[in-house]
Amino acid sequence: MDVDRLHRRRRRWKERLMTVLIYLSVLVALLPLFSILIYVAIKGIGALNWDFFVRLPGPVGDPHAGMANAIVGTLELLLVAAAVGLPIGILAGIYLAEFGGHGLFSNSVRFLADVLSGVPSIVIGIFAYALMVLPVKHFSGWSGGVALGIMMIPVVTRTTEELIRMVPRSLREAGLALGVPRWRVTVSIVLRTAAGGLTTGAMLALARVAGETAPLLFTAFGNRYWHRSLNEPVAALTLQIYQYAISAFEDWQRQAWGAAFVLIIMVLILNILARLGTRSKFSTQQE
Amino acid sequence: MSAQAGAVAAVEETCGSPGLPDGAAVDSTAITDPVMEVKSLNAWYGSFQSLHNICMRVARQRVTALIGPSGCGKSTFIRCLNRMHEMAPGARAAGQVLLEGEDIYDPQVDPVAVRRAVGMVFQKPNPFPAYSIFENVAAGLTLARVGRRFYRSQLAEVVERSLRQAALWDEVKDRLRQPATTLSGGQQQRLCIARALAVEPKVLLMDEPAAALDPISTLKIEELILSLKEQRTIVIVTHNMQQAARIADYTAFMLMGELIEFGPTAQVFTTPRDKRCEDYITGRFG
Ligand SMILES: Nc1ncnc2c1ncn2[C@@H]1O[C@H](COP(=O)(O)OP(=O)(O)OP(=O)(O)O)[C@@H](O)[C@H]1O
Ligand SMILES: [Mg+2]
Repeated sequence: MDVDRLHRRRRRWKERLMTVLIYLSVLVALLPLFSILIYVAIKGIGALNWDFFVRLPGPVGDPHAGMANAIVGTLELLLVAAAVGLPIGILAGIYLAEFGGHGLFSNSVRFLADVLSGVPSIVIGIFAYALMVLPVKHFSGWSGGVALGIMMIPVVTRTTEELIRMVPRSLREAGLALGVPRWRVTVSIVLRTAAGGLTTGAMLALARVAGETAPLLFTAFGNRYWHRSLNEPVAALTLQIYQYAISAFEDWQRQAWGAAFVLIIMVLILNILARLGTRSKFSTQQE
Repeated sequence: MSAQAGAVAAVEETCGSPGLPDGAAVDSTAITDPVMEVKSLNAWYGSFQSLHNICMRVARQRVTALIGPSGCGKSTFIRCLNRMHEMAPGARAAGQVLLEGEDIYDPQVDPVAVRRAVGMVFQKPNPFPAYSIFENVAAGLTLARVGRRFYRSQLAEVVERSLRQAALWDEVKDRLRQPATTLSGGQQQRLCIARALAVEPKVLLMDEPAAALDPISTLKIEELILSLKEQRTIVIVTHNMQQAARIADYTAFMLMGELIEFGPTAQVFTTPRDKRCEDYITGRFG
């Protein structure tokens, strides 16, 4: 009887201890994340004002200097990246999941995708440089967007394949048994069922490349003025942060923090959009 | 590949050949105007042969039940009847399946067209989760008839008619816009039946459609089957002897990939000609 009580008490204590440990480790894991966010916010918010969003960069000490061109430039580069990376990645993912099987070709594609996602981003930048900058002999927004797009391809491909594989076989069979052609089953049933996840995957892939600097160094290059088209050097927030952060001027360093904060907010918005994608009215889960 | 082709040629036999030992017990030639006729059907998964020389006629506007122990090839058999079998990895079929006299395994024939004429309901309800109830029922029309546009009113008509046939209309008529996954399991299965009916198939294949359902839903589906046979032919797989006895006009008993006994249900259940069939039906099997 007494021994029993003792046992029970000891078990309760162990359980409490474990719970506390678990909460502690969550805190430790979150600490760096939150300290980065808070630190950047504190340092960055001071540099933000209306001018920051609507004006061009100015000389050191100019109180009205901004980064409008870099904000717009980053958005445009992401648009180009999405236009390159999403269609190629999604189509490749569909091929691997629905038609490719596990033959030599498909497995090579998978292997290459995995290798490509491990290639340092600066190497992708060099590739885009050789492909799109050298032949025309000038930097351009196009080459920067394409470099980011190439970085997205392997991620999007593999995510798409995974998501499509998660769609139950029974749904494909249901479609085929209705006399729906195979391609239509893929597009209207499989893809639509996986649509929520695909949106999430696309947003996360975009968010990932939004913060890339290296592939833009010798492609988009950066620009202190408005670009008239993507055929010219284009400013980007990351390039601007890089340039300002290593400068000797406190004023510019402050603006670099501001830009970093804006970039984080942009990535955060992409992530929130991604979450909304999975929480659509029709859930993708079945069974 | 060529070795397998040789194997096909080797097992090819003709129906009713004197070589068949149980010819009498599986004779379905009494059905004079069959909607489907299966001739020497063999099926494989990889190198494993799951159907052996099946010969059987399917009576028009009647219910044919397939019974037999688990793994005997019932699902494989009905999946061969609308060319769904070949969609499984490594699966292959050889032989003839005539639908209104035309071989659906003829290389000229488009399997997609076959599946439009021979619909299918699966054991587990499989509504499209991304679609509403309405869209699920209409899916066969909106997705299959490529290049053809339907007016909303036309679709609404078909959807209502199919849902009524599937005895589901009253339960869902006020929530057609909701996702199909909000329905109960039994309702989902009736939804799948409605979806199959919407394309007006000549033959409806049902693979244990009531296996996952409670007795009341099962009864509803049985009533539904009986009402459907006025216009359609039904082939149903079931593990439930009483169910087969209640709804089927003809019953086929299978064992280890072979058709062992075929006949009018009353005869198969009261005076089976094959000992193995008798043992199975009386529960003395195995
Ligand atoms: N996809 C597959 N790959 C390989 N073998 C399979 C596959 N599907 C079925 N089989 C085999 O084929 C044989 C017949 O299977 P089938 O599913 O037709 O049986 P069944 O009569 O429908 O059984 P149950 O009553 O359990 O549904 C079994 O031996 C099974 O193991
Ligand atoms: Mg089965």
